[in-house]
Amino acid sequence: MTDKDQTIVTAGGHGRFPWSHVIGYIFSLVLTLVALLMVINHVASGGMLLFVILLLATIQIFIQLFFFMHITEKHGPAYHIITLAVALFFTFAIIAGSLWIMTFTQLSS
Amino acid sequence: MAVDVDHSVVKSADHGTMLEYSTEDGALKILGFWFFLAQDMILFACLFATYLILHNRTAGGPSAMQLFDVPGFAAETFILLTSSFTYGIATFQMRNNRLKSMLIWMGITVLLGLSFVSLELKEFITYVLQGATISRSAFLSAFFTLVGTHGLHVTLGIFWMISVMIQLVKRGLTPVTARKAFIVGLYWHFLDVIWVFIFTVVYLTGVMK
Repeated sequence: MTDKDQTIVTAGGHGRFPWSHVIGYIFSLVLTLVALLMVINHVASGGMLLFVILLLATIQIFIQLFFFMHITEKHGPAYHIITLAVALFFTFAIIAGSLWIMTFTQLSS
Repeated sequence: MAVDVDHSVVKSADHGTMLEYSTEDGALKILGFWFFLAQDMILFACLFATYLILHNRTAGGPSAMQLFDVPGFAAETFILLTSSFTYGIATFQMRNNRLKSMLIWMGITVLLGLSFVSLELKEFITYVLQGATISRSAFLSAFFTLVGTHGLHVTLGIFWMISVMIQLVKRGLTPVTARKAFIVGLYWHFLDVIWVFIFTVVYLTGVMK
């Protein structure tokens, strides 16, 4: 192993109390509760509400990645982040592309 | 390729090098697992796309609004969120070289995983008994495929986690067992992310309006 390989950034790795995990957990609980309560209490109209709860869910991805999955840790170049970014792009392309193309069904029927 | 497993790095929890990354083999396998997660994400992207297209095609059968039970799916969500946190603590204990505590937190995670799967099974059985089977409508086919695929992932994760626990009990914390435990953790947190989207896109939008 070279010296470079040893440079692993720790994110909540060591210590007496797992503060970063507790903070991540509280964040995820709050975001979920907010989304749930907003939907139950119909605080906004359909489109706006959908946008907000999707935004809350997206924030939760980053909470899992940073507080629990230790995404900042790496061993050499951060290939895993590039791969995740590519997969996120594909995810977006598959979902948005499918929804878009299916809006044309009215024209063909 | 010969892999140099150097056990002399083992004591490292205090020294900043983490066991699971302490060998080239371990570090590569963790990277490889990120690649797996990326492709698993694309599998779920396809299932989400299918669900989003078909969620209104109920063919005169029950709709999402009629089926979904808010306390039920909320409970599933909070259980899974908590299990992601408890596994995070297990990883934290592993990095502080506290095997016993790590195993306890892994055990708690397994129990939470089991309660999630049983709640989901109960939910599915309730639907099927109401006549909402997978073949009833396009909406239900898409629903059971998406949510069921996630449920199968969780079920697999539970068995995987138990097998890693057995290895930890037998062999203790070594670069190999630490790497395995870390990778199960990545898988588990990933499943939590997928569930957050199922919760949002399937359940919350299902009971909206």
